[in-house]
Amino acid sequence: MTTQPEITAAGLPGMSASHRNLFLLLLAIVAVAPFLAYPLLVIKVLCFGLFALSLNLMLGNLGLLSFGHAAYFGLSSYAAAHAAKVWGFTPEFALGFAVLVAVVTGAVFGALCVRRQGIYFAMVTLAFAQMIYFFSLQAPFTGGEDGIQNVPRGALFGLFSLQSDMALYALVAVVFFVAVLALYRITWSPFGQVLRAIRDNEPRAISLGYRVDRYKWTVFVLAAGFAGLAGGLKAISFQLASLTDVYWGMSGEVVLMVMIGGMATFFGPLIGALLVIWMQNELAAFGAWVTIVQGLVFMACILVFRKGLLGTIADRLGLKV
Amino acid sequence: MKIFVSALALLAAGATAASAEISNNSVKIGVLTDQSGVFSSLAGTGSVVAAEMAIADFGDRLGKIELVSADHQNKADIGTQIARRWYDVEGVDLIVDVPNSSVVLAVQELAREKDRLLIVSGAGTASLTNENCSPNGIHWTWDTYAVAVSTGKAMVAQGGDKWFFLTADYAFGHTMQADVTAVVEGAGASVVGTAIAPLNTADFSTYLLQAPSAGANVIALANGGTDTINSLKQAQEFGLTMQAKLAGLAIFLTDVHSMGLDSAQGLYLTTGFYWDRTDESRAWSQRFFEKHGAMPTMSQAGVYSAVTHYLNAIAETGTDAAGPVIAQMKATPVNDFFTENGVIRDDGRMVHDMYLAQVKTPAESTGPWDYYNILATVPGDEAFRPLADSACPLVK
Repeated sequence: MTTQPEITAAGLPGMSASHRNLFLLLLAIVAVAPFLAYPLLVIKVLCFGLFALSLNLMLGNLGLLSFGHAAYFGLSSYAAAHAAKVWGFTPEFALGFAVLVAVVTGAVFGALCVRRQGIYFAMVTLAFAQMIYFFSLQAPFTGGEDGIQNVPRGALFGLFSLQSDMALYALVAVVFFVAVLALYRITWSPFGQVLRAIRDNEPRAISLGYRVDRYKWTVFVLAAGFAGLAGGLKAISFQLASLTDVYWGMSGEVVLMVMIGGMATFFGPLIGALLVIWMQNELAAFGAWVTIVQGLVFMACILVFRKGLLGTIADRLGLKV
Repeated sequence: MKIFVSALALLAAGATAASAEISNNSVKIGVLTDQSGVFSSLAGTGSVVAAEMAIADFGDRLGKIELVSADHQNKADIGTQIARRWYDVEGVDLIVDVPNSSVVLAVQELAREKDRLLIVSGAGTASLTNENCSPNGIHWTWDTYAVAVSTGKAMVAQGGDKWFFLTADYAFGHTMQADVTAVVEGAGASVVGTAIAPLNTADFSTYLLQAPSAGANVIALANGGTDTINSLKQAQEFGLTMQAKLAGLAIFLTDVHSMGLDSAQGLYLTTGFYWDRTDESRAWSQRFFEKHGAMPTMSQAGVYSAVTHYLNAIAETGTDAAGPVIAQMKATPVNDFFTENGVIRDDGRMVHDMYLAQVKTPAESTGPWDYYNILATVPGDEAFRPLADSACPLVK
């Protein structure tokens, strides 16, 4: 428990001053970033940042490591791509459909997964994710290993065309920011407190009368929903959905992002996503070095930054993030 | 009439003059390939080397020619993002190679949107020039239709009339099986059995052993990469090659190199290029070998051929705008060490001769990279999908 915002007089967790500053900083970064870097790269960082945050909702608060989180991310990217391309949905409906698919899938899988803990939980989530992977490989609408390409970005509410990268960026940035605020609110709500109580001492939480499995299931569904939102955004932005996003390697990559950033922090996964995406982009010109460098960075983080980059830095500075 | 003609000539001259320029005073070529994954040996850094050689050999007739390269890591999002940045920000005029069907189909759409050029060498999906064809895309070296169908026809001609398919259970495998089935049944042969194996199967015994009991005399491997290597090795171990001929539907020289002649011997396959075929191909491949340490695969040789043809078209038209350059490329036959009289069709398919080959036995081979006996030349018109059967909207 390294992070704990001040509890306000009303008894509800409010936003501490340092967190408010962090949010303002995040807002400023999100606003300026597309002018400094290639907008689509920033969009990608935002999508993966949201994806990593959704995983950490479960991992950070509940201590449950899902090793199949890409299933919801990838399945939703297919859902959004199919809805936008074949059914002609506008982006907001395609995104809504993507979230719905993720939530329903998460609800079914979650009901079965949350009965287990630790390594067993990780293995069961991985097994379900592989089911989704093979479904995506075989289902006729996904195009198998070819994927779905040429997904129209469409016009938001049928009015605002998203053809230009900047218009698209504005949509992604707004959705991202609202989702991050929602995740923050969930994390520091009384509900979130119960989650951390379950994480720290489950028998005690049970003895206090909490239906632990129901809490776990709810978080599982929420995490799946936010992952689905990220996947849908990515499909609309990059105009494609492919097997990469449902593959177990993607589940591993998002765990990597959370670990590098710091799973005990709220903002850490964003840093992790930024770092991993930036590496993949910068090192693309160096060929085979991408995966090697990624592995080395991960090893360095495990050895030197036990609490992740942001976690360690915040500890040094005495900040709570 | 005379006035009309001269006015037309003037107009044409004006049009050429207006477009006769090279953007940013530099021709920029991007090699987008897989440098770390399953396609890295058949394309990968070898494709970058081939493009470098093409630019060096072309000389300085055009002024500045730049080359950039990147590893798409077999991820479509990374691939399109790099391609977008290249087209949008870095002024790349041409992207080449792009193995991996999910990446290349996305980049093909991007090239159309940005009105730049894409020449595909590493990827094989035949839909690039079929239902997904584009005026901005050229498919240079091979496709699943050509390699599968050429092998199929040749095997039937050699008496293979009972076919058994070992098919990888994804689109690549199913497409090839469907294409070959249509051809061999059209030629009078029959399909006696099919075994569908999941991707990355380790033990093919239950699938392969169905073939002898079905009475097959041809076993077609409609799979790729490690699946091909594993299934081929196991077919040899079970002695299936005594009873039936093995046909590989998508085999590269580097696949044969990595599995060794003991496993690969006797395999029939179709290739778009073999280094030890003509004096020109030997000379070029030797130079490539000195730089890369391996003999070129058809996709790597195709990259050189494509880049050279592209640069020649720019030299002819004086512009690097996609439209005129593609028109020039389509108007000029391709004649180099890679192919004789290759023609780029309106659907973007570069039609050239393919070669039916059989992998040598260890006794026949004189050393590393001496792997194929070229049995026959398959004329391009027979190898590639005829325009009459094409679903491409550009040729309707």
